Amino acid sequence: MSIRVAIAQINPKLGDLPANLGLYEEKIRLAIKERAEFLLFPELSLTGYFLRDTVPSVALTMKSVEMKKLKQLSREIPFVAGLVEESADHRFFNSSVYFEDGEVRHVHRKVYLPTYGMFDEQRYFARGDRIRTFDSKFGRMALLICEDLWHPSTIYLAALQGALAVLCPSASPLRGIVDDQVQDDNARYWEMLNRVYAETFSLFMIYGNRCGFEDGVGFWGGSEIVDPFGQCIAKAKYYEEDFIVAQVPFESVRRKRTMSPLLRDEDIDLTINELMRIRERPTQRKVVQKFKNSKVQRVEKAKGRKRQPSGISRKVQ
Amino acid sequence: MIQIPTNATLLRELLTGFIRNEVQKTGLTKVVVGLSGGVDSALSAMLAAEALGPGNVLAVLMPYKSSHFDSQVHAEMIVEKSGIESLLVDISPQIDAYFEQFPGADSRRRGNKMARERMTILYDQSARWSGLVLGTSNKTELLLGYGTLYGDMASAINPLGDLYKTQVWALAEAIGMPQVIVGKVPSADLWVGQTDEGELGFTYREVDKLLYLMVDQRYTKPELVAAGFPERFVEDVAQRIMASQFKRRLPVIAKVSQRTIDRDFRYSRDWGK
Repeated sequence: MSIRVAIAQINPKLGDLPANLGLYEEKIRLAIKERAEFLLFPELSLTGYFLRDTVPSVALTMKSVEMKKLKQLSREIPFVAGLVEESADHRFFNSSVYFEDGEVRHVHRKVYLPTYGMFDEQRYFARGDRIRTFDSKFGRMALLICEDLWHPSTIYLAALQGALAVLCPSASPLRGIVDDQVQDDNARYWEMLNRVYAETFSLFMIYGNRCGFEDGVGFWGGSEIVDPFGQCIAKAKYYEEDFIVAQVPFESVRRKRTMSPLLRDEDIDLTINELMRIRERPTQRKVVQKFKNSKVQRVEKAKGRKRQPSGISRKVQ
Repeated sequence: MIQIPTNATLLRELLTGFIRNEVQKTGLTKVVVGLSGGVDSALSAMLAAEALGPGNVLAVLMPYKSSHFDSQVHAEMIVEKSGIESLLVDISPQIDAYFEQFPGADSRRRGNKMARERMTILYDQSARWSGLVLGTSNKTELLLGYGTLYGDMASAINPLGDLYKTQVWALAEAIGMPQVIVGKVPSADLWVGQTDEGELGFTYREVDKLLYLMVDQRYTKPELVAAGFPERFVEDVAQRIMASQFKRRLPVIAKVSQRTIDRDFRYSRDWGK
């Protein structure tokens, strides 16, 4: 199967849902005009990225009117929206939602929330707890949001579940100036990652980044589609708004996997066994034991017994 | 050898994009910039002219009677070269009127007063001209605290705040700023004979390398000494950064309520934009 994929590299207004919903509608109309069959929007592009305390005010529940509107729009073309999702128990997630034929077909809640340097996501968002693929009408795909992909386990799990394409909505800020390089250093790293992942896991990387500035932080754009051979088949401009459309021939996944059946040869049991062993590694066990010790000591203290020096008790155990 | 990267092509694209984007977001189209004749304000003005069109940039020249004659000549050179709008406001009468009451004021007080006087003029022109005040402080000055709080440090948007002086020079050269401005000895020109490097006690090129490793690359003190910087220099610079932290923050607010501005009332400046 081959489909025409579009990526809307947009510059949303920070915290302005109605304005951004308008922008979504505009790009959906454009995608239809361009005869695209699927459209990817960047991470949090319905809300803006550095939301901070506006997170609860722009959050959508599955019953929100905006959600209904998005469902309705998906009758014309399936798309992925990037938004703040509020769960029934009022947790807020940095989610990307796949809409198809008027329904929500899949929700991915960002698992790895960067909270270091310029990022503060874990302060505002709850963490997703699953990596699942889903069956779109074009085939099996996975949605992984930005930082998720900086943890190779996420794409490994997606590939093992049969994803033919990984959709990656991103809000990646420009940082790090390097001499003699057309793009900033973060863009360079992402581009390398997309090519390595596409080729290593024999799948399509469909990467949609945003552009524009928020409080002086620029997003580098440069959205792209990389095929299973590691070739970039569509590339958006750096640093400014763009809209790209490209034919994505899913059959090339078959060709690549025939030539190098790396996924077929993947030994899941070995990985699981090793992970189980690693989970029991001494450093982790020490933490658990220390905790046990302190509990024992508290109980002993309560009983009026003489405490053993903690170092000795740890050795004994 | 420590090399601070300066990708002029990329920086130019990034900084003009920044100015265009952040100005348009506010619903305005113009900026006001204080043009001293030095490399920093000249670069800010030239980048703004490129980003917004020269007709959307107002350069305000605000000499004091003791300002170096060359300063005004160089500022006018930039105005002419980039085709931006300009306005000359001599600040001598208002400065002198104030210090008539405090004749004993030292040059530091006088210099800071001039910087703040210029700020009030820029903000008034900002209202008159409907343009944002464009900043000109570079990263070296901001980190060392070598600037006047609410004076030259005040602005709405600042394209140079993350560029070391070394990078400012390189970018200025790359975008074709006259050599006479790029190459001159940096001076705040607040009193006769003042030079930045003389006052600071080290050169910008030296300190930039140190700051780049210390701040950007997170070198520890022992690592900086091992990289060849004298220990006293490292200590002095670290001390300056710490001592001037207040200049890089909002005033301290006494916490009373559940939500205090900038502590647990946290919004981006571009909120809703």
